[in-house]
Amino acid sequence: MSILATGVTKNFGAYTALDDVSIEIPGGSLTALLGPSGSGKSTLLRVIAGLETPDVGRVEIDGTDVTGVRPQDRGVGFVFQHYAAFKHMTVRGNVGFGLSVRRRPRAKIRERVDELLALVQLEGLGDRYPSQLSGGQRQRMALARALAVEPSVLLLDEPFGALDARVRAELRRWLRRLHEQVHVTTVLVTHDQEEAMEVADRIAVMDHARLQQVGTPKELYEEPTNPFVMGFVGAVNRLGESFVRPHDLELRQVPNGVTHAARVERVTHLGFEVRVELEQESGGALMAQLTRNEAEELGISEGDTVHVAPRRERVFAGGDGI
Amino acid sequence: MGLGIAVSYLSLLVLIPLAAVAWRSLDGGAGAFWDAITSEQAVAAMRLTLLVSLGAVIVNAIMGTLIAWVLVRDDFRGKIFMDILIDLPFALPTIVAGLTLLALYGPNGPVGVNIAFTRIGITAALIFVTLPFVVRAVQPVLMELDREMEEAAASLGAGRFTTFRRIVLPALVPAIVSGVGLSFSKALGEFGAVVLIAGNLPYRTEVASVFIYGQIESDGVQAAAAVSVVLLTASFLVLLGLSVFERRMTRHAE
Amino acid sequence: MLSRLVMRFTAIAFLLLMLVVPLALVGYLAFEDGAGPVWDAATSPAALSALRLTLIIAVIAVPLNAVFGIIAALLLTRPRLPGRTLLSVVIDLPLALSPVVVGLALVLVWSRNGWFGQWAIDQGVQVIFATPGMVMATIVVSLPFVVRELVPVLKELGTEQQQAAATLGASPPQIFWRIVLPAIRHGLAYGVVLTTARALGEYGAVAVVSGKIAGRTETLTLHVEERFQAFDLVAAYTASIMLAILAVITVAVMRLLNRGEH
Repeated sequence: MSILATGVTKNFGAYTALDDVSIEIPGGSLTALLGPSGSGKSTLLRVIAGLETPDVGRVEIDGTDVTGVRPQDRGVGFVFQHYAAFKHMTVRGNVGFGLSVRRRPRAKIRERVDELLALVQLEGLGDRYPSQLSGGQRQRMALARALAVEPSVLLLDEPFGALDARVRAELRRWLRRLHEQVHVTTVLVTHDQEEAMEVADRIAVMDHARLQQVGTPKELYEEPTNPFVMGFVGAVNRLGESFVRPHDLELRQVPNGVTHAARVERVTHLGFEVRVELEQESGGALMAQLTRNEAEELGISEGDTVHVAPRRERVFAGGDGI
Repeated sequence: MGLGIAVSYLSLLVLIPLAAVAWRSLDGGAGAFWDAITSEQAVAAMRLTLLVSLGAVIVNAIMGTLIAWVLVRDDFRGKIFMDILIDLPFALPTIVAGLTLLALYGPNGPVGVNIAFTRIGITAALIFVTLPFVVRAVQPVLMELDREMEEAAASLGAGRFTTFRRIVLPALVPAIVSGVGLSFSKALGEFGAVVLIAGNLPYRTEVASVFIYGQIESDGVQAAAAVSVVLLTASFLVLLGLSVFERRMTRHAE
Repeated sequence: MLSRLVMRFTAIAFLLLMLVVPLALVGYLAFEDGAGPVWDAATSPAALSALRLTLIIAVIAVPLNAVFGIIAALLLTRPRLPGRTLLSVVIDLPLALSPVVVGLALVLVWSRNGWFGQWAIDQGVQVIFATPGMVMATIVVSLPFVVRELVPVLKELGTEQQQAAATLGASPPQIFWRIVLPAIRHGLAYGVVLTTARALGEYGAVAVVSGKIAGRTETLTLHVEERFQAFDLVAAYTASIMLAILAVITVAVMRLLNRGEH
């Protein structure tokens, strides 16, 4: 089911968390809200969930205006960064909570909880307490709990933020597979562009309480609409007026009129990739990524002067934002 | 709705009654209030209250810190009972506290010491009822105290007393002050523990709370209200000063 | 290591002289002439009526303060509450009040010529020199304990679990009964124990409002004092022992609750 937010503004005292944000999230998609901390992404998620009320603007879920509807009645599933596990309940109690407050028959709850525990691979841990689970297990329990009530949309607020890198990578892949199985409209808040690119089919980049750009991961990477988005979704160099990705920098031994001269400061070999740090003669550092073959052909070493030109570049109108 | 309930409850039970005390203390104008609190008997009672409260908190500051130290740093069989014992004055009715002290140190006590109707006796009663405050304030701080600091001081050549005075004591001071403040505020108003021991000899063993009680009994309600206002203000200022001090201390620690 | 021993024995001696020996002596003196007089004193009509009144007062005052404590603590931990500091100060005020002042304050409001006294009498309720006034006095002196225990517990709990329950469809009452209350039960129990101890043991405030009418407005603590003044030491010591036993039980329960917390 789709989500539509229109002209949402939210202030906390003198601080503006959301400034006239409008976004449409198609049904069945997995959308990431990506941005640095303080960009307003979590607030937007909480507004969609009904945990915050917007000062201005409206929120629709599946075509129905839910702006004034309590979180209880929105049919959303929400997963918190720090799990918000009900510490005094077992895993079963946690997962079945939403069904139990709806006064579903016990046998039905049991059956559904078993199903969900299997889905999130926590079979056999139902009688444990949250304190007896690892971080990753707790977060899967929280996901099962949110899914138990068959929400129309699933909202995840930095769900992997508190986990270590290995578990995080595992859970990302697992979330992607889970989404393919259950297909519920999912919104994921993250500050990690790699996580957004790996998991989401659509990314909405936010900064300074405003929505910067929405698109597929490829669109954002290839066709960013402003320097902030370009810099946030990948590494970027500034070359005169244009912005260039490191792998789009061409290094030549001989100048050809459009090239800029630069001195090689450092060459780092990272297996198949070779990273070259350069200092432009006109000032300003550059970073280039070459394949091993390109680097060998070029035969550069530290202290050499090379000539660089962009293969692909982007120029933004009035763009000065990195 | 919760706010309405809470405010009504507090108004009915605390605010309106206290307003009545303030109102009654001004019965007859500011002059009458001033006369009441400067009467010879009232001044003597307030001076005595201050004196015995100070005496009690000084003893507790020292003994409380020492007991906390023993509880945290020493180890011996039965220490757990000592730890449990500290809470007893919190739970024991104050009148019982006074009675037990009189049983041992009273006129018929087996040790031949008589502290009944003396200032020492009142001070002892106040020590009894405020005993846990300093111990319970210092104990957790002492537990958290980094022992490496002391070892570092020792390795730099500081003797044990110097280490205590220069390293440990400064770290404990906020907790001691906090415990002393609570003790002092409690001691200023204490009634149950002192009423049997004090014997209510005006000018000699009559503390402020006993004075107020006596005035209520003998229809000196305006004087009782006036001294109540002074007592309440003093106690409140102590707690207020304490909370300001604690806030400053935590800011300092960050 | 000499100083360690000196300190240990100073601490032990101090506690023995201040606490243990006086209490033990009261026990010894009560039983000096055997258990018979103690039993008689404990089961005398005055003692039983004092015990009954003490329990009645506690049974009314403690639940009221528990409910108020929960409400007030929830308010004090609400993120944006206007006047929070003021509310917190007023709640702590009874800690700064002499029990005698509490009693006087209630007398000035509820006695026959007090602010609301005549009105109450017209309604057929006598407050001062009667149980209602003693209940009020007890409530005031034991008012801050539950709040002070719960505020840190609720702060620690945070709001995420409640928000999670809300998104799962739980109504505010369901959130309270199923999430908040179970999470704060230890702190609540601790606060209730402290409140009960204070309610059972209050003397000064109750003494002022009660009029000390033997057999009618005499609680156990007032009974101790009254018997002592009447030179009936066995009865005074017996009632003291009853109160001391309640205090020991209180301390033991506090210990158990503290251990359960960790």
